[in-house]
Amino acid sequence: MITLPELSLVLLVGVSGSGKSTFAGRHFRPTQVISSDFCRGLVSDDENDQSATPAAFDLLHHIVGVRLARGLFTVVDATNVQSAARRGLIELARRHDVPAEAIVLDVPREVAVERNAGRPDRDFGAGVVARQHRDLRRFLSRLSGDGFRRVHVLRGVEEIEAARITYEKAWSDLTHLTGPFDIVGDVHGCRSELETLLAELGWQGVRHPEGRTAVFVGDLVDRGPDTPGVLRLVMDMVEAGTAICVSGNHEDKLLRALKGRKVTVAHGLRESLDQLAAEPPEFTERVQAFLAGLRGHYRLDGGRLVVAHAGLKESYHGRSSGRARAFALYGDTTGETDEYGLPVRYPWAEEYRGKAMVVYGHTPTIRPEWVNNTICLDTGAVFGGRLTALRYPERQLVHVPAEKVWYEPSRPLGAGGHDPALLTVTDVIGTRYVETRFGGPVKVDEENAAAALEVMSRFAVDPRWLLYLPPTMAPPESSLLDGYLEHPHEAFEEFAAAGVDEVVCEEKHMGSRAIAVLARTPEVARERFGVSDGSSGAVYTRTGRPFFDDTAPLVDRLREACEPLWAELGSDWVALDCELLPWSAKAGELIRTQYASVGAAARAALPEAVAALEAAAGRGLDVGPLLDRTHHRSHNAGLFRDAYARYCWPVDGLDGVRVAPFQILACEGRATALEPHAWHLSTLALLDSPLITRTRHVTVTLGSAASREAAIVWWEALTAEGGEGMVVKPAAYVPGRVQPGVKVRGREYLRIIYGPDYTDALDVLRRRFLGKKRSLALREYRLGLEALARLADGESGRRVHEPVFAVLALESEPVDPRL
Amino acid sequence: MISMTAPTGAGPATDLGFLLHKHPERVQEFSRSFGTATVFYPEAGAERCTAALLLEVDPITLARSRGKGSPDFSLSQYVNDRPYAASSLLAVALGDVFRTARSGRCNARPDLARTPLPLEVRLPALPCRGGPELAHRLFEPLGWTVDAHPVPLDERFPEWGESRYVTLTLRGSVRVADALNHLYVLLPVLDDAKHYWIAPDEVDKLVRAGGGWLRDHPARGLITRRYLGRRRTLERTALARLAELGDELEDRLHPAIPEDTPATALPCTTDEDAPNTAPPFATDAAAPNTARPLTTDGTVPDTALPHPADVAAPDPALSHATDEAVPGGGGGLSGRRRVAVLDRLEALGATSVIDLGCGRGELLGELLGRPRLTRVAGMDVSPMALAAAARKLRLDHMSESRRARLTLFQGALTYADRRLSGYDAAVLMEVIEHVDPPRLDTLERVVFGAAAPRHVLVTTPNAEYNVRYPFLTGMRHRDHRFEWTRAEFAAWATAVADRFGYRVSFEPIGDDDPEVGPPTQMGVFTRDHAS
Repeated sequence: MITLPELSLVLLVGVSGSGKSTFAGRHFRPTQVISSDFCRGLVSDDENDQSATPAAFDLLHHIVGVRLARGLFTVVDATNVQSAARRGLIELARRHDVPAEAIVLDVPREVAVERNAGRPDRDFGAGVVARQHRDLRRFLSRLSGDGFRRVHVLRGVEEIEAARITYEKAWSDLTHLTGPFDIVGDVHGCRSELETLLAELGWQGVRHPEGRTAVFVGDLVDRGPDTPGVLRLVMDMVEAGTAICVSGNHEDKLLRALKGRKVTVAHGLRESLDQLAAEPPEFTERVQAFLAGLRGHYRLDGGRLVVAHAGLKESYHGRSSGRARAFALYGDTTGETDEYGLPVRYPWAEEYRGKAMVVYGHTPTIRPEWVNNTICLDTGAVFGGRLTALRYPERQLVHVPAEKVWYEPSRPLGAGGHDPALLTVTDVIGTRYVETRFGGPVKVDEENAAAALEVMSRFAVDPRWLLYLPPTMAPPESSLLDGYLEHPHEAFEEFAAAGVDEVVCEEKHMGSRAIAVLARTPEVARERFGVSDGSSGAVYTRTGRPFFDDTAPLVDRLREACEPLWAELGSDWVALDCELLPWSAKAGELIRTQYASVGAAARAALPEAVAALEAAAGRGLDVGPLLDRTHHRSHNAGLFRDAYARYCWPVDGLDGVRVAPFQILACEGRATALEPHAWHLSTLALLDSPLITRTRHVTVTLGSAASREAAIVWWEALTAEGGEGMVVKPAAYVPGRVQPGVKVRGREYLRIIYGPDYTDALDVLRRRFLGKKRSLALREYRLGLEALARLADGESGRRVHEPVFAVLALESEPVDPRL
Repeated sequence: MISMTAPTGAGPATDLGFLLHKHPERVQEFSRSFGTATVFYPEAGAERCTAALLLEVDPITLARSRGKGSPDFSLSQYVNDRPYAASSLLAVALGDVFRTARSGRCNARPDLARTPLPLEVRLPALPCRGGPELAHRLFEPLGWTVDAHPVPLDERFPEWGESRYVTLTLRGSVRVADALNHLYVLLPVLDDAKHYWIAPDEVDKLVRAGGGWLRDHPARGLITRRYLGRRRTLERTALARLAELGDELEDRLHPAIPEDTPATALPCTTDEDAPNTAPPFATDAAAPNTARPLTTDGTVPDTALPHPADVAAPDPALSHATDEAVPGGGGGLSGRRRVAVLDRLEALGATSVIDLGCGRGELLGELLGRPRLTRVAGMDVSPMALAAAARKLRLDHMSESRRARLTLFQGALTYADRRLSGYDAAVLMEVIEHVDPPRLDTLERVVFGAAAPRHVLVTTPNAEYNVRYPFLTGMRHRDHRFEWTRAEFAAWATAVADRFGYRVSFEPIGDDDPEVGPPTQMGVFTRDHAS
């Protein structure tokens, strides 16, 4: 019986004719076996062309390397009798952090010679086999030190025939455990905090009534007041089968100290040793055995979760090498030291792109932050911070505060790494997956990120003010009603089908989308957002560009207008989603260059064309249909002009400018964007200033035909008097794949979008592709909410910037601009 | 619509029908991919005869719904003046419908075809970039009396002023075939719009249509350049898309390209936009021995432009003043700047250099030419600039050893970036003035704080010198966010040096004017050993 690791590199060793290929064919899948003969054939068209051997082994090594990198069990079918050949493969296994094992097929020389003689393609003589045999004997005479984890020797034909193979899991493989888990960060001897946290999580003694499993990320020991107490509790839980624990660097060092090895007693080891010295010797023995059994990392829940003390890059998941363990316990460093003399940690998480969630500790931070599906739970309990647990799969964080500063940190909590106010390019460039708590990560493609980087750096407002960018919004399915491209009916149907009972219809102001971030005073701006240039807010467009060359006067007037909000929200700052009116205030140049120009050309050309055609008709020429069409186009051109002109009025400085806020995005500690729309509209109704325009709205019960009909009448009236249209939104936040809002634009407004004569081509225009726009709208919405949630949680500027940047990147994606 | 009126000549006015090869009593339709052109005669008397060509741009074609794989159009392609204006599209229809007439052949009235007739041509809405004056300038040398009235943008908003259209009436004694060819060539020249239907053989067409008259036209350079240089913009940049979303014109987010090439003062005039086609008309037909036919009228500054960008050089009227275009700058300031930087790097003994804001890679090319520099890196925020740099440096053809010394990547000085670390020297050549002042603080921390190379070379315009540019109003480049005097630059540089542990010295670049100093100033920062 031969036992092999599930992930390993297995070398078959034996002279030519020892039956390796037959053995491999019997025990392994064909794709698992890479034979040197096969590779020789691939590179020379002749499996016996010995001159191709070096090239064949190059290929073999390459294939084996790729398989191991992908985590595939692999068998090498070559003689492998020479130590140089074995060494190369063992080195390859090591490079991929996979154990190498050997299976030796030791048959008598005569058997091999005889078998070769029976195969016409093997015309080499007995001398070759004899030499191979000598090499094999030399290998078998001193097996140890060769680099194999195990060498399985099968002696004689019968033993080879009778061999059976079984597999053992890697010790890190706990993929069969599916939780749910309570993953606990670095405890460092804080027994009391640990007990409080477990109680908070619902634990009763060593068990959780709902059968949850605790997972400790290591560093249970050192520094804190009661390392023995922590160990006792955790060991009891592990023995009861309700907890799993990986080793931290402190456990590793404590174990070496307990074993009597020479270690520097520093970083809180003294406390552990002293505390353990007061315990009976049996306890210390139990601790020593416990520590000796701790592993570097575990894979859990079908491979979806990886726990390691210092984190683990993807290529080490499930691997068992010394360096994988070192990474898991100590992390990697850049070789630099920071201003406190501590090593600078290598930012592996920033580069992590793996599917598995990695939960770890080791580096104390003020609050845990998701970075590329990884999270560090060390919140410095022993340094007076908090003890943190992550509920998995709920992804919910639970904290308890430290009872006191048990140990002075050698650098302030949260310091180190890099300048925290600086944004980091790795947070934005390249193909990225941005984590959101609103339905999983959102992918950003590299080229979109590249475009956004240019706009963000060259044209956007100071990123400290750029807390949010609004998502795009899709129209409903095309209306089939005569004369309409869009109609409320389809929007209502869509939401009803999605299970929404109540929607709010808000007037869509025709201006320019504006995000206003307002601080009550410049001091608040400095403290909350780190903006120290004396500004107290920003108003920017949906691509992050400032409104007007100098936004300060607008910010000042908006702050005055928003005075009632400070008390109402209990916050010194607020972020508002608004429309800035008139359209011409921001889009003046665009209107003149594009819309008014088209109108001017039409109104200059068409009357003359009509006159010429009338003259021709007067002469009896048959131009009737053309004359009618030209008349009609002339009429449409007039409607087109009226359509854009409604959204233009002269402004002088800020005189004439109106702001229509319709949503309160965030204020201190709250991502208010998640509040029901009724709350937004009633809170914003507190604003009473000539600068502010109210947002008219109606609420619709989708189950009621009368309610729907009333809203349709309202929309007809709104658009008849020149309104752009309305936005239909679920009355309250709905998770999942439901559009956050759908815009239903008015008939005349759409002339600006689809052209003056669009009403004559409705049949064609109705066939429009909404899928991409709708998908973008959802993804951008999730990113926007994520930015606000991070802001509300007080996360760093970098973390807020990441999803905001992603919205801009997605916006550079080409979609039909008329949607 | 366009109409042409002929009064009685040698024969009845209706002879116009023979010359145009279109019968005055018929209404003839010509179907084209973009719509239908109709030729009809509003009047056809013995005294006066008027032919009209009315182009109906097919709204279905323009308004075509988009499939998943269709090109990325801007809104302006759906709502545009093509259905109304006498645009280049009308010129295509005119050229097509009156092809025989344009050749001057007329078997029925051969003498009449050779005779100049007192014609009147009317275009109610002619897009005319350059205003009525340009219409005068282009048509008058050809024998026309020009009456061009600007069309107001919108009489309800008088403050908006005039549109880019004129109502044009041409009167003159001109052969019918010549008149048609004038219109065929000059309509697109006046329109000068982005063009969505450009055939590949434009040069041939220009040579044929301009045969007899373009050679001697005083504005032939401008005509040729605009005719051939029309921009083919089926491919939109992401920048353009984002501008549109922000209710702005595409060129408000102008591409980042160095100030040194006048072509770059105009948006979207990169190498790709210019035709990389056959030699331009003037070389073939008008001035076969002229080496540089495309710098027109002597008004576009003669700079050392790469050939293709030449074609796309802007109108003088639109051209932005640059320091190269004025006395004292000459073609050489950018060159002198590079020499100053290279000399300084050499003196500092740098063996690895990163050019932050490398633009089209002019400096990178010269850095690579210095073998003692074992590693050269270029970073720019603009993917368009990086692509231009890759072309200019001929990355595809670069030897492996040289290629191995060069790293080129996108990045922004407003983000901390490990890739900026590990070079002896960093160069910020004409970069800081493109950064909004509130964000300079971030740039300082990224470059001097985080990347912290031993040396940093910073060049920037000296605002005092601007008075030496007689035509300059405002700053030297429209993307400049500020320009500093020597004192302002020194104050900034000294503060930065103090904060991050550097020493700084200053050097002039270009002629050091006793009164206002040099056109460019350079600060050389060196990290103190202590820190």
